[in-house]
Amino acid sequence: MTETLVQVQKLAMDFPGQKLFNNLSFDVDRRDFLSIIGENGVGKTTLIRALLNQVKPTSGSIKFRKGTKVGYVPQFRNIERDYPLSIRDFVALNLQNGKMPWLSKMERTQLDEILEETDLVDIQNTRIGRASGGQKQKAYLAQALVDNPDLLILDESTASLDTVRKYELFNLVQHFNQQHDLTVISVTHDFDLMQRYSNRYLMLKEDHYALGEVADIKNEEDLLDV
Amino acid sequence: MFSFEFMQNAYIAGTFIAIICGIMGVYVVGRNMSFLSHMLSEIGFSGAAFGIFMGWQALSGMLLFTIVSSILIGKMSVQASKRESAISAVSSLFLGLGILFLSISNKNVSYATNILFGSVIGIGRDEVNQVLLLTIISLVFILFLYRPLKYDSFDHIGASVKGIHTNFVSILFLVVLALSVSTAAQIVGSLLIFVLLTLPAAAAKIVAKTVSGMMLFAISAALIGVWLGLYLGYVTNWPVSFFIALIECVIYFGSMIIKKDN
Repeated sequence: MTETLVQVQKLAMDFPGQKLFNNLSFDVDRRDFLSIIGENGVGKTTLIRALLNQVKPTSGSIKFRKGTKVGYVPQFRNIERDYPLSIRDFVALNLQNGKMPWLSKMERTQLDEILEETDLVDIQNTRIGRASGGQKQKAYLAQALVDNPDLLILDESTASLDTVRKYELFNLVQHFNQQHDLTVISVTHDFDLMQRYSNRYLMLKEDHYALGEVADIKNEEDLLDV
Repeated sequence: MFSFEFMQNAYIAGTFIAIICGIMGVYVVGRNMSFLSHMLSEIGFSGAAFGIFMGWQALSGMLLFTIVSSILIGKMSVQASKRESAISAVSSLFLGLGILFLSISNKNVSYATNILFGSVIGIGRDEVNQVLLLTIISLVFILFLYRPLKYDSFDHIGASVKGIHTNFVSILFLVVLALSVSTAAQIVGSLLIFVLLTLPAAAAKIVAKTVSGMMLFAISAALIGVWLGLYLGYVTNWPVSFFIALIECVIYFGSMIIKKDN
């Protein structure tokens, strides 16, 4: 039986000179892989910020199932070449339950496991500032997942990657989705990525939206017509 | 050398100051706040002068000014592009105020020199106790804030998504920074706080790859500077602050040269 993790009801956001989401309503169930797709400026990132509780909607509501933990991989992160932390230390930043400065044995195990599963063990002591774009995105993913979230939100996480790295990253996300019951919301304007990995889509347009099963969409034109 | 009480005092105070500066410096560097810590030290100078003018201890005036201003800075979320010029403007104003307070308090020039460049050899047992107390308060705060502060300092985006109250953490951090700046000013003076707060941590950023590793390196670098500086000052009768500045610069540029290729 399906278990609803997020319930968005009649969401609307008013900005000076612009109204976003005309009463947007949708559910996200556990193990869903939902792609949010749409042109620039239709409010994809704003929707994510609302889901992350960083902006308040003008009307409507967003409800999470009690105890839902959220992980987030942002589109952009300010990691420069001289950024000092190793990939391992960077991933460990998200371990926030312990109070002591050092990690507990359990936390170290958690960290080892996620580095293993995201294929970062060999480069865990590399400075993240010196890692390649693909390695960086994997490290961001590992950081978001080290705390075992129920829901992962990806905001255009592949925008800077070539096709091979893009698939590599999303294969990993798919692995967690299928093997660890991770629910995924992925913002993208990459049709191919949506079709390959997600089971549901939310198409945002300026004045309306469409929600459906990815299996019903054969090509990009179908999506533009909905 | 250690048979003199003033040298014992200097070594005890110096050791604690090096430890707190090593730790705080890593966060200052992580948060790109070197410039801001410089401003706090100038505000500290002004506060010390104000304290003397009021007939208090210099340290009390310093604490008052740095803590109040750090809370104000934390509350104003100035745009990054405007921040540097805003900081420069505020610094100049406080340096000017410092000179004003000193001049109307009719103290002689050596007072100003002591505040600006430190007077570690002159510190008494009471002042050592103050340094100890301030260091311990700062360390307790840091221990309590360690993980959220580390997250926010090295990955602000991640920390804010995690639901960490980054504004609260940031203001509390600035208050502890104000405490450390006022404490460190006792030994190197307010003009050279940079030397203990920023240089060891900046060298650590070049060398180490973890936050704890950076702290260990920064504390060691600060300790070497303070211990060796005190010794050289004792032997040569030259100012201790000069030697500390020299040693920290050697460590910083040395780290840069050694790590040049990676």
